Amino acid sequence: MILNIVGNILVTVGTVFLFLGALGIFRMPDVYSRLQAGTKATTLGALSTVIGVGFLQPEWIWKTLLIAIFIAISNPISSHALARGSYKTGLKPYMKKEGLDSYAEVEKEEVK
Amino acid sequence: MSRFIFSFVIFFLIWLGFTSTFHYQEVITGALLSLVLASLSYKSFTERGLFYLSPKRLFYILKYLAVFLIALVKANFDVAKRVINPKLPINPGIVTYHTTLKSDTAKMFLANSITLTPGTLTVDIIDDKLYIHWIDVKSEDPEVIYSEIGKDFEVILKEIFK
Repeated sequence: MILNIVGNILVTVGTVFLFLGALGIFRMPDVYSRLQAGTKATTLGALSTVIGVGFLQPEWIWKTLLIAIFIAISNPISSHALARGSYKTGLKPYMKKEGLDSYAEVEKEEVK
Repeated sequence: MSRFIFSFVIFFLIWLGFTSTFHYQEVITGALLSLVLASLSYKSFTERGLFYLSPKRLFYILKYLAVFLIALVKANFDVAKRVINPKLPINPGIVTYHTTLKSDTAKMFLANSITLTPGTLTVDIIDDKLYIHWIDVKSEDPEVIYSEIGKDFEVILKEIFK
């Protein structure tokens, strides 16, 4: 009974965060800010949903915990790869104030 | 040898998690498979083996998990706040973060944790510099960057990988 309630709450919270992540991807101005919203919201959203399912079906809890660990390790790595890839293909980050881009120096040196 | 045992233990735990049973047939199959896998892959799977499983390190790993989960929840509320606000309060930029960690694994964990904490995303790691996209740049002073972004994690990671 309590497991059921906790599970349902976790799944609901997870879907709310997933929705906010999608809204973030829609509203942010450039690739990097979108990745920010996307990565954080999908990580906690997926973790919470998957572990919530584990609470609803107690015999699955170990599997869902393992899946959660894999998501927590692989999600930030994929977002790093996407961010680095976009920078290498020449997408400049959106900035309100110029000159806040310390990664540009590295790029220049590599071009030389 | 210690690396081999460490890989075997990890593979066997994953097997037990996925089968979720202690029936003797499952356990024997899992043990055999883990032995084969560990003997094939222990060289690339871990660098220091049982080193990580000492009680003191396990304690710090648990502490790290707690700090990390709190930061993850905070990060999500942070994103939610920014996304819902009609003005979209962001001031993005890329800053350089200097780390004192030496091992590659430690740097990877630091970078991953930084990605999942409020407002920061690791773009690249070159030697001891992490290039971080910060959604709300408060300062370009290295001291402030260090204490705002990664101090909590770095202190614990130093203990784990010492």
